[in-house]
Amino acid sequence: MIPAAFDYHRPDTIDAAVGLLAEHGEEARVVAGGHSLIPMMKLRMAYLSHLVDLRDVQEMQGITVDGDTVTLGAMVTQHELITSDALASVAPILREASLQIADPQVRYMGTIGGNVANGDPGNDIPGLMQALDAKFVLAGPEGRRTVDARGFYEAAYMTAREDEEILTHIRFRSVAGMGYAYEKQKRKIGDYATAAAAVLVAKDGDTISEARIAMTNLSDTPIFSEGAGAALVGTSGDGAAVAAAIAAMQADIDPAEDNRGPVEFKRHVAGVMLSRAINSALSRA
Amino acid sequence: MTKTHVSLTVNGEKKDVLVDPRELLIHTLREQMDITGPHIGCETSHCGACTVDLDGKSVKSCTMFTVQAEGADVTTIEGLGSPDGLHVLQEAFKENHGLQCGYCTPGMITRAHRLLQENPNPTEEEVRFGMAGNLCRCTGYQNIVKSVLAAASEMNSAKEAAE
Ligand SMILES: Cc1cc2nc3c(=O)[nH]c(=O)nc-3n(C[C@H](O)[C@H](O)[C@H](O)COP(=O)(O)OP(=O)(O)OC[C@H]3O[C@@H](n4cnc5c(N)ncnc54)[C@H](O)[C@@H]3O)c2cc1C
Ligand code: FES
Ligand code: FES
Repeated sequence: MIPAAFDYHRPDTIDAAVGLLAEHGEEARVVAGGHSLIPMMKLRMAYLSHLVDLRDVQEMQGITVDGDTVTLGAMVTQHELITSDALASVAPILREASLQIADPQVRYMGTIGGNVANGDPGNDIPGLMQALDAKFVLAGPEGRRTVDARGFYEAAYMTAREDEEILTHIRFRSVAGMGYAYEKQKRKIGDYATAAAAVLVAKDGDTISEARIAMTNLSDTPIFSEGAGAALVGTSGDGAAVAAAIAAMQADIDPAEDNRGPVEFKRHVAGVMLSRAINSALSRA
Repeated sequence: MTKTHVSLTVNGEKKDVLVDPRELLIHTLREQMDITGPHIGCETSHCGACTVDLDGKSVKSCTMFTVQAEGADVTTIEGLGSPDGLHVLQEAFKENHGLQCGYCTPGMITRAHRLLQENPNPTEEEVRFGMAGNLCRCTGYQNIVKSVLAAASEMNSAKEAAE
């Protein structure tokens, strides 16, 4: 389990890191926490000759809550997502979900930027980012641009990010006060989801006024299901509304058979996860 | 690809090594420094036998390149206790049958050490959740959990006695 040889770079600014990517082109990759990339390098499924380590880039660290705007540096670890009280008061869904990712050792190292940039449909944070309507800030040789999380994912490991771009920050508006839940079915601790559902809901009296629903590992990208959210709005979230939301979600996902089970099973688990997540979110709204 | 000098602190001692960038931290510890407490169980980031403490985090040293540890402060099981001065956790594992073959034990204890630093008074459930990155093929975990809880209460009474 020894990866192929490479040269190691440790820039301390975003510009220097982008410069290295521009200089070495396809031969270069950034490493954040390394807990998706290094296993792939050991299996020789990821090839690179220049590894650009982002750990010293201070600008990409830290959690900032400024009024309604939440900004996460791409190098914020899953451990920090769990332990930040500032974040828990504006987006508690991130703590609930991060506690269901991998195991403690992986969470100390794995970063939010790596999780969302990776493009593996099994990663849990991309769907959450779609539910949060997050914006990803990308820095490249041409400057900076912002891409919606809902438009970022194209196929497995294919995203709107260009090879020489780095995802530097993630930005979203506070969802304090909204009901939230992340429900994930996995075979064991440290496993990726068989199916998972992220739900955010707001109520006006007894009526649901807003609902955002995203599903994980049920297609080759995360699935933001507008139909599922729309099925809940204007209802009280009763059994019929939940069934309608599940039916709409089923029309949007496209699971494939693999070692986590056949398609029918995954669709079944997707329905159970969504129903649990809606009910849990409503109980907190 | 050029060999690189890396300076880091391991168990309180300054170390300078020359490594290929692709060399994993577990290999440097075991083969260059002769620190063989951290074990290689799976080498695929799953079992936790290679766990070391790095700048206050429990890290699987099979999933980190040594070059990434430049400047880091690393503690392995060797830095926690010694044969004639066992760490409270080592004593608790011994007393509560927290090990059988012992292969997972250095990783277990190194992880448990960090867990108790962060949460000195964990519930049984918190111990199970906090130790979930470490696999054991022998014990069935019951006595590992018991050992960690016993060490926690031992450390807490020692602290109270000191106050
Ligand atoms: C045993 C185990 C279990 C796991 N279980 C889960 C799980 O249940 N759910 C889950 O979501 N994840 C899981 N993971 C993955 C873990 O969360 C990863 O840490 C995470 O997906 C990637 O983050 P990273 O910082 O380690 O990224 P890296 O491994 O460093 O990078 C991943 C990819 O993203 C690219 N990249 C990283 N950062 C940036 C950036 N800022 N800009 C552009 N590109 C970037 C890299 O070039 C690479 O291609 C698991 C990992 C392990 C080892
Ligand atoms: S050897 Fe590192 S996790 Fe198993
Ligand atoms: S005691 Fe044998 S693997 Fe844990």
